[in-house]
Formats: sequence, structure tokens, C-alpha cells
Amino acid sequence: MISKAFTARLARGQAALVPYVTAGYPERGSTLGVMEALADAGADVIELGVPFSDPLADGPTIQHASFVSIGKGMTVHGVLDDLASFRARRDTPVVLFTYLNPLLRYGLTAFLRDAVAAGAHGLLVTDLPTGSDPQIEAEITASPLDLIRLVAPTTPVERVPEVAKGGSGFLYYISRMGVTGTRTELRTELAAEVGRIRAAVELPVAVGFGISSPEQAAAVAAVADGVVVGSAIIQALDRGGAAEAGRFLASLRKQMDG
Amino acid sequence: MTPADATATQRFGPYGGRYVPETLIHALDELTEAYAAAGLDAEFRSSLAALLKDFAGRPTPLYHARRLGQAAGHASVYLKREDLNHTGAHKINNTLGQALLAVRMGKRRIIAETGAGQHGVATATACALFDLDCVVYMGEEDVQRQALNVYRMELLGAEVRPVGAGTRTLKDATNEAIRDWVTNVGTTHYIIGSVVGPDPFPRMVRDFQSVIGHEAREQILEAEGRLPAAVVACVGGGSNAIGIFHAFVPDAGVELVGVEAAGEGLDSGHHSASLAAGSPGVLHGSLSYLLQDSDGQVAPAHSVSAGLDYPGVGPEHSFLKDTQRARYTSATDDEALDAFHRLSELEGIIAALESAHAVAHVLAHGRTYAGPVVVCLSGRGDKDVAHVARIEGRGSLL
Ligand SMILES: Cc1ncc(COP(=O)(O)O)c(C=O)c1O
Repeated sequence: MISKAFTARLARGQAALVPYVTAGYPERGSTLGVMEALADAGADVIELGVPFSDPLADGPTIQHASFVSIGKGMTVHGVLDDLASFRARRDTPVVLFTYLNPLLRYGLTAFLRDAVAAGAHGLLVTDLPTGSDPQIEAEITASPLDLIRLVAPTTPVERVPEVAKGGSGFLYYISRMGVTGTRTELRTELAAEVGRIRAAVELPVAVGFGISSPEQAAAVAAVADGVVVGSAIIQALDRGGAAEAGRFLASLRKQMDG
Repeated sequence: MTPADATATQRFGPYGGRYVPETLIHALDELTEAYAAAGLDAEFRSSLAALLKDFAGRPTPLYHARRLGQAAGHASVYLKREDLNHTGAHKINNTLGQALLAVRMGKRRIIAETGAGQHGVATATACALFDLDCVVYMGEEDVQRQALNVYRMELLGAEVRPVGAGTRTLKDATNEAIRDWVTNVGTTHYIIGSVVGPDPFPRMVRDFQSVIGHEAREQILEAEGRLPAAVVACVGGGSNAIGIFHAFVPDAGVELVGVEAAGEGLDSGHHSASLAAGSPGVLHGSLSYLLQDSDGQVAPAHSVSAGLDYPGVGPEHSFLKDTQRARYTSATDDEALDAFHRLSELEGIIAALESAHAVAHVLAHGRTYAGPVVVCLSGRGDKDVAHVARIEGRGSLL
């Protein structure tokens, strides 16, 4: 489902658009409305964040969203329930974006089963880099979920194929050093880096971390197979709720296709 | 050693690992290799040995604390005086080693997290010595509790960045330090302050701290002509404990006892006893016992001593617990405060509140050991005097 969403866009000469949202933000009951707004505004895949108390790969915006969500009672079960409600109404593929500990506590086998039942298509675990835990990685790979792998600017070139090998769906390229959060500038080396990675792997390559404006999204869409936008979606939610998040996403789509 | 071996991730049984963002993997590989190479380099080892001797003041004494022993029910108690190190705690053993390694790796910027401030001070000290830039992350609550150490770090030329996220203590300061490292990994070395974090940190910090136990083992053999019945240390992240345990691990007859912070009591929910009351989970890059709720969210820790106020623990301790090579017990805030006073009055030693947890254990259970007991006095209490005075309603004096 996930790679099909990418190929459908690529067939039209376009890049896929992948918004991220933290489940249960800003309210416990917000998730469904936000996901629907994103789906209707042109999301090809949605990354749904499972909030964690210690999100060490995230900057202030997503940290804050995670703390608010947990504080208002969001749980892993709650995220899966919200996902199931969304799945009853829309087909947009969903990647669960999470840290490892909530999955371990839930029980990995049970989590994979329940996530599939709720309608997830992929899983991205920020603190489970390739090779860090072959047993856990193998269990995820054997499940129906795509394991979304990350490549960083610091990943040595010879490691890239190894990272891609264990993954499916798409390969996520972290566009800059650091944590999630918006930035006004894209790095000048980005195009060349993405080009090298696309040449080395078969999977579609999406780029994320720091993309916050229609212009940046269009610049990334020109060199990559997909554009991931997270903190800027949360900021749009803060400005004007689900409707504003949808409008913002549509503005990215328009500029990317323009 | 082949390059592949040098970069292989090592674990302690199932515990440890490298559960970190992809961005850090290459840096951890580099660090692992540089550390392995440094260990084989006679010049690195002799530079570190010279610094420990001439700068830190090692070896630290092993002091036969007779009045404390009396009070503990006629036990024979020896104190390993890490409090007499330069900067006042065992933390300097690790920061000198890691700073020397950072210089070797060509990294000129150092970051650290700190709870009590002792590790921050020890890091700032090593950075002053080696002329390295130093940024220390510290939870806002700890900035309040340990104001003296904040000023000390600033005197030493470090920048202290207060962390207001989450629990505003050591856990969140560590998150923020890791975020900084992910952002600046090319120029920056992260001097982690305990035997926690992703591989190779837990074993590297253990190796740098193991000087405590190597000295203590020789010293007790010299003093008593035999090995001790037990070695006792407080456990926050677990670096002073692993440091003193390590040399004794092969001595099957020596009981290894770690003392966690029971805070307001293990049943109160306000404590930091990860090994006694937690379950295995992943925090800060490694799998280890962890205080967490039923949903896998990390639970807030509590201890009167900022240095023990941490919901995780080093992965090697989890392994020593499961294999029963070490035993882990706990002391409450009140027991630690009582031990803080009694050690001051009995021996003329004002200990750190962290170390007072280990002292509390011997006061309560010293008589149950069949031979001499060695206690790691991990640090001195100067940093805690104002805090304790405030708790006791004497804040206006200071
Ligand atoms: C004096 C002292 N002892 C013990 C600790 C706890 O750390 P660890 O368990 O790593 O020795 C600290 C931490 O700040 C400390 O300052």
C-alpha cells in the first residue's frame, strides 16, 4: 500500500506528500478529524505519532505535542483505536511513528497484530536503527507492516544498502543533523545526497526533518520521491485546528505540483 | 582485534545495546574504535594514570571507620574515600578519561548532562584542563537544588543550560544532551556521566571508574590480609557502584550490594529504585531496568539526592541483578538524611547525600556481614549542606 502510494505519484511525475501528526493532540478526541483533514488535503501517506515521554529524536514542537497528548490520557491502545476509526472512513495508508519502549511494554507480537488489525501499513521506530536488535527487527519485518528505515547525513555510504535491505515501503532520509523541528533553510548539499541514495537503493526515498514551507516542500519534491512534514503540521494545528492543517498541507501540495 | 570486532556492539546478557537515532550510529562506531585503540596505546594509559595521580589526587585512601563500625553493630567498616578526589566525587575518574579520549579524537566541543552537578563540575574541570568548549545540560529543578554547583561550573568556564522539559531533572537533561549530540555530532563528544547510554558508554565509563575497585581491593588486602565480606555502593546510574564492584566480580565470596534510593518508600511511588521496583525497558539508548507505567511511558523518579533521581540504571547492573552476582537494596530519603548526620558526627566526614544511602545500609545491616565491609563513599556533601539545611527548616541560616 505504501510503496503503491509512492508509485502512483511518481507515475504522474510528482512526489508523495507525507504529513506527520501526534495522536491525541491537541485533544484526546482530535486524532480522527485531523487525519481526515490531512487525507482530504492530499496526504499520500500519514505518519501517526505514538506519544512517548522521552522523545529524544524530537525538537520542541513534537516534544510539546507528545507531553500534551500523554497528559490528556493518550495510550498506545488509544492510538490504535483512533487509527481504526480513521480506517473505517478513509483508505490513506498510515505509518505508526514511535519509540521502542511503548511497543516493548505493550508486547511486540501483540502490538504488531493489533496495529495491523487497526489498519496500519507501516512502522517507523526512531530508536531502532538498522542492526540494533536483529530479533525485534526480524519480527517486524515478518509482519505485514512495512518497516520504514531511516538514513542520516552521517550514515556512511556503504551502510545505506544495508539499511535499505531491512526496510520496505519507503526509505526516510533525514535532511539534516539534529532533531525534528522547522527550519527556514534547506542544506545546499541535500540534492546531491538524495541523488546518491536514490541511485543506491530500489525503495522510494522520502525526505523529512525541518521542512516547513511550500517553497521548501517544492524544492525537496524536485529531488526526492516524497516529502515528510511534521512540526509544521503541528504548528498549523496550533494556529487553526484540523481545517488549518488541511489548508497548510494543500498549500504544500499545490506548490510541489506547480 | 579486527576492525569488525572493535565496532561490534557489546551487551551485558540481553541488556544494553544501541537504541538511538540512526544519526548517532556512525559516531558510536567511531567512538568504539577510538576507545579500543586508546586502550591499546601505552601513552594514552600513562597520560591518564598521571592525571589521576597528580591532578585528581589518586589513589584515594581506604579508611577504617571504627566509630561508624561501632554504630553499625560492631561491624568492621572501611570507607573508600572517593570524596577526597579533586572536585569532590568519583565523577572525575570518568571525565578525565573521556576528555583525554575526545582530544585524541580531535573533538573540541564537549557536552554533558548532570543531576547533582558533580558530573557537570567534573566535566567542566576536565574541559578547563584541556581547553575544550563545554556545555552542561541540567534540569531546572536540579539547578535550584544544586545552585552552588551551577556557579562552580560557570567559574570553570562551562555554559550551563537549564532544561525545562518533562520532569526537569536528570532524565530530561540527558534527553537534551542526546539531542545536542545528534545535532552537533561531527564536532562534539558527549561525556556521559554514568554507566548508562548506548554502547560503548556503559563499558567505557565502567572501565574508567574501575580504578576505584582495583585500588580498594589492594588496600583491603593490605589492611586485613583478606577480601571483604561485602562491597557496598549507592546506585543512581550506577557508575560508582560498577567502579568499585568490577575488580571484585571474580571474587565469588565477596558480596556486592547496590543501594538504590527508596525516596519516600518503595510503596509510595516516589522513589528511584529501578532495579527493585522497575521492569526492563529502553531509555537513553539501552535496555535495562526502568521505572515505567503500564503504557511504557517512563515514570518520574524521586530522591532527596539529585544524583540518584533517575528512573533508569546502567545495563550491567541489570545483568548483575538477574545473574544474582550482585544484590540490590534501597534506603529511604529519611534513612539517608540520618546517615548524613551520623557519619558527620561519628567520623567527621560530611558525605554526599547519594553516598549517604550506602552508609545508611551499613548502619542498618552492617552487623549481618561476617567480615569487613567496604563502602564506596562516592562524594562529599558540601553541595548538599544548603539543601539539607533547607529541608530541616534552617534555610534562613544560609
Ligand atoms: C557523589 C555522587 N555519588 C553517586 C552519584 C550517582 O551516580 P552513579 O550511580 O553513576 O555513581 C552521583 C551523581 O551525581 C554523585 O554525585
